Amino acid sequence: MLLELKNVSYTYNKDTSFAVNALENINLQISEGEFVGVIGHTGSGKSTLIQHFNGLMKPTDGQVLYMGEDIWQEKYDLQALRSGVGLVFQYPENQLFETDVLTDVMFGPKNQKLSPEECRERAVNALRRVGLKDKYFTASPFDLSGGQKRRVAIAGVLAMNPKVLILDEPTAGLDPHGRDEILGQIRKLRDEMGITIILVSHSMEDVAEYADRLIVVNDGKIAFDDTPKAVFAHYKELEAMGLAAPQITYLMHELKERGLDVDINAVTVSEAKKSIEKALAGRKKH
Amino acid sequence: MLREITIGQYYPADSILHKLDPRVKFLGTIVYIVSLFLVKGFAGYALATVWLAALIILSKVPFKFMVKGMRTIFFVLIITMLFNLFLTPGETIWSFWILKVSKEGIIQAVRMGIRLTYLVIGSSLMTLTTTPNQLTDAMESLFSPLKVVHAPVHEISMMMSIALRFIPILMEETDKIMKAQIARGADFESGNFINRIRNMVPLLVPLFISAFRRANDLALAMEARCYHGGEGRTQMKPLHYAGRDYVAFVLLAAFLAACIVLHIFGGGWI
Amino acid sequence: MGIIKAIKLGFDYIKYGEDDKDNEKVRAIDGIDIDVEKGSVIAILGHNGSGKSTLAKHINALLLPSEGTMWVDGMDTKGEEDIWKIRQKAGMVFQNPDNQIVASVVEEDVGFGPENIGVPTKEIWERVDQALERVGMTKHRKKSPNRLSGGQKQRVAIAGVVAMRPDCIVLDESTAMLDPNGRKDVLDTVLDLNRKEGVTVIMITHYMEEVTRADFVYVMDSGKIVMQGTPREIFSQVEKLKSFHLDVPQITELAYELKKDGVDLPDGILTRDELVSALCGERTEE
Repeated sequence: MLLELKNVSYTYNKDTSFAVNALENINLQISEGEFVGVIGHTGSGKSTLIQHFNGLMKPTDGQVLYMGEDIWQEKYDLQALRSGVGLVFQYPENQLFETDVLTDVMFGPKNQKLSPEECRERAVNALRRVGLKDKYFTASPFDLSGGQKRRVAIAGVLAMNPKVLILDEPTAGLDPHGRDEILGQIRKLRDEMGITIILVSHSMEDVAEYADRLIVVNDGKIAFDDTPKAVFAHYKELEAMGLAAPQITYLMHELKERGLDVDINAVTVSEAKKSIEKALAGRKKH
Repeated sequence: MLREITIGQYYPADSILHKLDPRVKFLGTIVYIVSLFLVKGFAGYALATVWLAALIILSKVPFKFMVKGMRTIFFVLIITMLFNLFLTPGETIWSFWILKVSKEGIIQAVRMGIRLTYLVIGSSLMTLTTTPNQLTDAMESLFSPLKVVHAPVHEISMMMSIALRFIPILMEETDKIMKAQIARGADFESGNFINRIRNMVPLLVPLFISAFRRANDLALAMEARCYHGGEGRTQMKPLHYAGRDYVAFVLLAAFLAACIVLHIFGGGWI
Repeated sequence: MGIIKAIKLGFDYIKYGEDDKDNEKVRAIDGIDIDVEKGSVIAILGHNGSGKSTLAKHINALLLPSEGTMWVDGMDTKGEEDIWKIRQKAGMVFQNPDNQIVASVVEEDVGFGPENIGVPTKEIWERVDQALERVGMTKHRKKSPNRLSGGQKQRVAIAGVVAMRPDCIVLDESTAMLDPNGRKDVLDTVLDLNRKEGVTVIMITHYMEEVTRADFVYVMDSGKIVMQGTPREIFSQVEKLKSFHLDVPQITELAYELKKDGVDLPDGILTRDELVSALCGERTEE
């Protein structure tokens, strides 16, 4: 098992009158090569949850295991953990600080104490992986467009060669084109390099399209943990949590209710299209 | 962790202190700080303690909340006390290596400890019961005679109130950037002094850039909302002294007078 | 003449190079003609960098045109004597909720605009009370903005504009940094203002779901208006929109795909109900 949380709880301001339970008894296993979507409304505890994966937050109760080892045992190398579990925060472009793109991306590898040549090679590879053109490598990160900056910041984490890449809303504030590009590149990281992806998102449509497992966090607990299809079947419960299923889910349910024999579990446009066309063909026959 | 700083934060409550005119509170705080350095002897400190305790009770701000704010200056407090303890010349009562503790040093250290603690609690009482905007209004009003000599009183008070509004935001931002860089393997905790300073660059550069961007955005937003300096501006909450404010002034004057008396005639014990 | 009208609007800015000689004049918007009818809801759509925010900043004279003319309620924005009147008539809500709130208490922030234009104290209070009520933030009036969610902060910003008694509100990507619930809150708030008070709303956005709620849409690309029409007219041109790096709502896309495959559907389907009716026939009373 790559990552595992065992009975993890986290309480802010523990032992004071301001105590707030952010996470309650979370049990979770993530295996290599998964593409996991994490969904939950603001304040549900999902940000707290992902910061437990790379040891930025320490659970007030329970255990966090990386490759079978408790990361909070004595003498555990947290630096090494953070190389293995990369975390890209929301609006990661806010962390850029170097005078040129390449040097900025080299920051992570440098902290891993790699040789300058190796740092450079890692940085160049990472930047190409996120689709940044070579001509921008020497540019100041502050002269780039919003979408480009975002990709440089993701490359900054990718250059550390993580086994797991956690991204907190990597598409926030981007336009549709920028969003599709970044999500497409993230999918490639999983498909081509086998990097395990944990994607926090507000967009049901995006997780339906990209993730093969979906974790719904609500009130500091895991409400659902299943395939997106299976989770969206509970769309009424999702609504009660202040979330919503993808538009397609609602459509398919309404069509079914109106007598068109469609697959109510379709969640993407292409699945819906196939299912509707099949149902329409079936209707003609009768 | 940075979010826990309570100095300079407003604590909403419905108390007489909250209702007082901010000018009274501002002058009162200055008087109290002066008095801390005026009083001596047991009676003097007792008076300062009673005065402070009364205000804390009147403020309806939980004492715990104030103490939490103290934590952040604990370090400064200890350093100051140590300096006084070891560096005050006088009758040596204990020595170790080059460190000498004198009787005067102990007294001075205790005195400074009390003064600093009271000073911080006293002034945080003002900020806890007064919104930053009220406070800057008070300062603008109190310093407005300086406008005659073309001092930018309005501009300075506006700058201060904006700074106060953005302090918590920048604190949170610092926290976020710090975590983001730690996730990239940055180390803010080990190494010698020079290294530590150098390690701060990945934190400070993004923080400055963000602060500039925010300043730029805010300037634009203020302009869009018709801000054009103090000229022709009205106030939503103009300051008027009420009956309670006059009472407060009288009490304040009495307190100051008592402190002066204790300064001249006080003594005793320490 | 409409409340907002622009003729052949152009704006250049100087991009500073390393050297004075490298300074480049960049045309951010070019030959823009718009005419907005009082009381309507307008969406301006375009990818990041298409010039839509530059256009928005012309509407309340934060930027003055290099070419052409912009009129707000008949006043030329270049005429300096009217500048405060223009900014009061056409209020603006920006993208980042934190960077536009000036005061540390909600109600004081709402009063900031009226203070600036010299409204008497008693009337400021009336306006603040009304504005807070209008956006549903009365119960948070004594709070610090830092304790509010993103959507609530934007509603405070809207109240700040409402307190100026504007004829027009410009939302410059005001929902881009919000979660889906916050986005919905903000959108509902401005649409309600439009319905009940007849305030003209101009939304700059790249969320397609917001665009479907508008009466009229302008699509921008490279500083020019490249498409205009009702949402239905705009969204029936799926390929063209995609060529401008834009997207269509999932339902519209699905309808378009089905139609391409020969399913008999009308053009420019925008909502779920429309698609359900088109596929299953109008709902008949049973």
